[in-house]
Amino acid sequence: MVRVLKLELKGITKRFGSLVANDHIDVVVEPGQIHCLLGENGAGKSTLMNVLYGLYEPTEGQILIDDKPVTFRGPGDAMAAGIGMVHQHFMLVPVFTVAENVALGAEATKAGGFLNLDDTRRKIKEISDRYGFDVDPDAMVEDLPVGVQQRVEIIKALVRDAKVLILDEPTAVLTPQDTDELLDIMRQLKSHGTSIVFISHKLREVKAVSDTITVIRRGKVVGSADPGASTTELASLMVGRAVNLTLDKAPAKPQETTFQVKDLTVIAPSGQHVVDGISFDIARGEILAVAGVQGNGQTELTEAILGLHERAQGSILLDGEELLGRSVKDVLNAGVGFVPEDRSVDGLIGTFSIAENLILDRYDKAPFAKGISMSPATVLENAKTRIEEFDVRTPSGSLAAGTLSGGNQQKVVMARELSRPLRLFIASQPTRGVDVGSIEFLHKRIVAERDHGTPVMIVSTELDEVIELADRIAVLYKGKLVGIVPAGTGRDVLGLMMAGLSPEEALADAARKQPATDPGGAAAADAAAGAAAGPAPTKESNQAPAAHPVQESSSGAVGDDHE
Amino acid sequence: MSTTATAPVPGGPQGKPEQAKERKQTVSAKPVTWKLPVTLMVLAVVAFIFFGLMGPQKTAKFGVSSGGDFFQLPAIEVPAFLSGIVLSVILLVLAGYSMVLKTNNRHSPRWLPVVFTVIFVVAFLIWVVGGARTPSISLAGLIAGSVTLAVPIVFGSLSGVLCERAGVVNIAIEGQLLGGAFTAAIVASLTDNPYLGLVAAAVAGALVSMVLAVFSIKYVVNQIIVGVVLNVLVSGLTGFLFSTVMQANKEMFNSPGRLPIIEIPILSSIPVIGPILFKQSVVGYLMYVAVIVVWIGLFKTKWGLRVRSVGEHPQAADTLGIKVNATRFWNVTLGGAVAGIGGSFFTLVAIDSFTKEISGGRGFIALAAMILGRWNPIGAFFAALLFGFADNLQSIVTIIGTPVPSQFMAMLPYLVTVFAVAGLVGRSRPPAASGIPYVKG
Repeated sequence: MVRVLKLELKGITKRFGSLVANDHIDVVVEPGQIHCLLGENGAGKSTLMNVLYGLYEPTEGQILIDDKPVTFRGPGDAMAAGIGMVHQHFMLVPVFTVAENVALGAEATKAGGFLNLDDTRRKIKEISDRYGFDVDPDAMVEDLPVGVQQRVEIIKALVRDAKVLILDEPTAVLTPQDTDELLDIMRQLKSHGTSIVFISHKLREVKAVSDTITVIRRGKVVGSADPGASTTELASLMVGRAVNLTLDKAPAKPQETTFQVKDLTVIAPSGQHVVDGISFDIARGEILAVAGVQGNGQTELTEAILGLHERAQGSILLDGEELLGRSVKDVLNAGVGFVPEDRSVDGLIGTFSIAENLILDRYDKAPFAKGISMSPATVLENAKTRIEEFDVRTPSGSLAAGTLSGGNQQKVVMARELSRPLRLFIASQPTRGVDVGSIEFLHKRIVAERDHGTPVMIVSTELDEVIELADRIAVLYKGKLVGIVPAGTGRDVLGLMMAGLSPEEALADAARKQPATDPGGAAAADAAAGAAAGPAPTKESNQAPAAHPVQESSSGAVGDDHE
Repeated sequence: MSTTATAPVPGGPQGKPEQAKERKQTVSAKPVTWKLPVTLMVLAVVAFIFFGLMGPQKTAKFGVSSGGDFFQLPAIEVPAFLSGIVLSVILLVLAGYSMVLKTNNRHSPRWLPVVFTVIFVVAFLIWVVGGARTPSISLAGLIAGSVTLAVPIVFGSLSGVLCERAGVVNIAIEGQLLGGAFTAAIVASLTDNPYLGLVAAAVAGALVSMVLAVFSIKYVVNQIIVGVVLNVLVSGLTGFLFSTVMQANKEMFNSPGRLPIIEIPILSSIPVIGPILFKQSVVGYLMYVAVIVVWIGLFKTKWGLRVRSVGEHPQAADTLGIKVNATRFWNVTLGGAVAGIGGSFFTLVAIDSFTKEISGGRGFIALAAMILGRWNPIGAFFAALLFGFADNLQSIVTIIGTPVPSQFMAMLPYLVTVFAVAGLVGRSRPPAASGIPYVKG
């Protein structure tokens, strides 16, 4: 049996410039426990864990192991002290084998510095056998499914004798079935004596597996909760006020079908068919939600519709007009509204003012332009109306858009796209990284657009958001359309489809299992808290700190984007 | 970054996992393109018209042994016209085979472009020699000369490999070669000891590299820009010192004396390979050692695993306690030292004095060799040999007098470079983090 250790964080404070990501946080992780840190995106959970793992130095505060204070100068020190971490975005070298990845940094060597990978292979096999992982030490990591990659990360930590394992949003990239398996693995690890710090904002998972829950909001510990507490209780603790998590949505009244995609194929520069022969249509007054695990062709699908992909084949018809092959400007002028998945990179120009961002698509048209000159007064006037209508929290429309919080930035993008007559509305990850208050609002606006008679397409990797909004659900897997199912299809069925099973197979498979008891409240709360920071890693982390939200406090965001 | 998320199959009832596994294999294979078959066909047709139909009606003679060899092999004599026809027909068949495979949506086997290239080069050689005024060359001399000309390119490309594997783009190879050449000349002249010149060249190359390392790693200046600036700087500095100091007192500052050619008895008399492997200067032997050592180091040792991880995924390396920027710094420095040794070849082996721009753009060719060799020391070595061969062929062909204008021949190495770097020889994937500075947090 491994020696267990007690871990204590005492008064940890971490500041980035004037931003306080962690404010005197106290957490005690008892040996052999699964301790959950629950909080919204941007609450400061990841920052705290990066401090614990030696990646950041705390501005103030102490880390105690078995009641003795320790200082970590880098991850090496943390690992030596028995702390292992599985990062949200995996820290694996894609072109290395599993064994090489596991060995890296703690290599077994023969005389002269030569690698001894046999030793590593043996250790991997040992751990794989103990926990029932099916991992081939000589497989190339980039060829492995995400779930297996995550196991490689866990093996990495265990090989280094981790007694405390930090799992940072481990379920963000997993299908629901993978998630269940991970929860099982966590329980097994616990029974073998490993303590786990589980970071999440998904209430269902947290309730299922935690022994202790610490809730963090805006960088502060706001309390602890019992895993038996109700989801509404947990949600309001996390958000800081009572939340109404269910969306009031009248049933759809689909009219004629005006938007059709036929045999759409998009070829990536690598030659891969990232979107592979997809056909679907959307009627006026209907929301089609596209579900799927991140990276299965959703991005390329929306970009192809907008005309951003040169190598797209097939047909995209809007009111009988072919959109494919036309310029982005033409497509926008045809009445397509588009909310890109990464607002800070593709949706806004951070250094432009809010007012300017609100007319990025119409700056050259009346009333904003007169001949070759622009009319700043009209632009500001327009901004005033939009800011009011979309409840953007800002003192003035002439401030730079980059100073807004995530939720308010998203409102600006949404306001721009929804403020002209649309014949098709596409929103990609409409609430990713957005605070709960804004999510409610944004969802309502999307439904309002539908009720206005626009065909709406939502792309989301958050299953809960899909379930919440959709009138029909299309599932993508490896660039192919697995199937389109009606709203109300069970989570488990959708989960199986996200793993590539056809709707029929998925239904049959799900029926054979115990009918999953899905606490609706939990699902809704997850959706709200969620908008989960699915991986958009490079883009987000490239942001200068100045671009981080400071305006609206409820998102006070620093930490989670900071890896 | 990482590929499409392939959600693994849920641990559901029996039967399902297999199904999804099959599905996984059917997708995402790299599609077969027309690029290779079409290129091969165009080249084959060119070969057929020029080397075949328009081939010279002479006999091309290739000497294999030189006078000193301890056994003599007869010279190879081939009828130029006939062999031109035969070889170009083989090329047409190979290209046709590649096209047939494409129409059946299958990849060409990996040997095909390699065999094609070899036959093409042979056909070209016979055509050139057959058409010359004196249709006879020494094959042994051609190959030995190629290796000689390749030496600085090999060192340069190794420098590139060492830097890029750690995630730093080294455009400054040219400057490192030039710096090495200059310092070797001046130190060897002053001390009358070419071996000290060799050491000094390594130090000079390392110093040039350190400037690159400090600016690109510590101050996160764009690596390409620092590299280009360094090239210009070294070129200007050495040029200035050459015309002011070296020209003024040639005896004292620019007469380094050559490194002796060390001949290994018996072995050096083996025809063709003897002179290549066993009749070299110290720098030549060092080249072979360096290629092997860098290869083993990168792919078989703990050091290499860490270096490659830093060049592929620095965050991952960092979370495992590896010092990313320190690793980069020392690798870039080491790369500079290696290129510096390559530079000493110009002034201590090839010619026994320094002149302006003596490296003549070979640092850039070395960069191409690195890419063509797919960031692998051994691949880079053979790619560098190819460039050395093209270079050497040009001078030999000019001597024996061919109908082909020498200007065209002079273009050859660069033409090869352009096609090589354009990725015709196969898609190559650079280290993922190459050129991207690592800033923590």
